[in-house]
Amino acid sequence: MSNAATFDTRTDTAIPVESPLAYSYRRSGAPQAGGSSRLQLRERAMLGHLILRGGAIVLDEAVRDVLGLNLPGRPQTLVQDASGERSIQWLSPDEWLVIVPGGEEFPLETKLREHLGSAHFAISDVSGGQTLLEISGEAARELLMKTVIYDVHPSNFPVGKGVTTVFAKATTIIRRPSEDRWELVVRRSFADYCYRWLLDAGAEFGVNVQQ
Amino acid sequence: MFYIYCPYCGEHREEEEFHPKGQAHIERPKEPEACSDEEWGNYLFFRDNPRGVHHEMWVHAVGCRKFFNMTRHTVSYEILETYKMGEQPSITADSQAKPREAAAVSQQEGVRA
Ligand SMILES: [Zn+2]
Repeated sequence: MSNAATFDTRTDTAIPVESPLAYSYRRSGAPQAGGSSRLQLRERAMLGHLILRGGAIVLDEAVRDVLGLNLPGRPQTLVQDASGERSIQWLSPDEWLVIVPGGEEFPLETKLREHLGSAHFAISDVSGGQTLLEISGEAARELLMKTVIYDVHPSNFPVGKGVTTVFAKATTIIRRPSEDRWELVVRRSFADYCYRWLLDAGAEFGVNVQQ
Repeated sequence: MFYIYCPYCGEHREEEEFHPKGQAHIERPKEPEACSDEEWGNYLFFRDNPRGVHHEMWVHAVGCRKFFNMTRHTVSYEILETYKMGEQPSITADSQAKPREAAAVSQQEGVRA
């Protein structure tokens, strides 16, 4: 067990917790286009986000034992468990993003630290710093084409790919976990900006916001 | 607008994701205290400004955030190659000069014939 100081960022006390979009819902609302909608937008708030850094071989062994997932070794790849609830994404040759259901991140971090022992690695809990937005529907790719500089055509962006790129001038992780779903991981401080961009860009497709 | 191949991401990306970081392969003197003022000044402040092949450092700032090297032609802006940190360029001013000389000679021969 490494001697890094760790703590669970989720408290048991009755402090109200708000998603990064709480302010945006109050200020910009959550438009409902109803049956004519070609685009669904949903925030998957309060998930557990961990950044793993270190050598691929030691980290792979640890996540396989603790999480039951292989560490994606190839650039721009994303692996998920059968439920799709837990995922690991390649970010850089020595950096991966793990996303798990909210509340699982601290036990996972603790188990990984136990497993990795004195290996050379770093784990950072970034759950509070970013949030995941999910877009789906037939116009989802059209929306991305208006917004990102990266080529999102299926020939270049198959299911199971994830990249860090520029989304409306903000740094954003874009992932494609399944055929009809895209995920954006945005910084908390950019969440309102990205949300309002999505509402504006999605207006022509009749965006439906699920809260 | 450049379309740059990141050797770590293994694909081409828009220039907007990158930042240039100056001349590549600058080595810090092993013993700074043993340097003359001129050697230290050259290391700190003086950079090449060639007309032609140049080796530069770039960072994939919005992406993998890794530094890498690029061989670029300062006249045509053509990117000749990109390669990882710690690697040596396969294209240099010397390697580029030779085929041009050879081409020039063959042209002259063509004139003569
Ligand atoms: Zn890269």
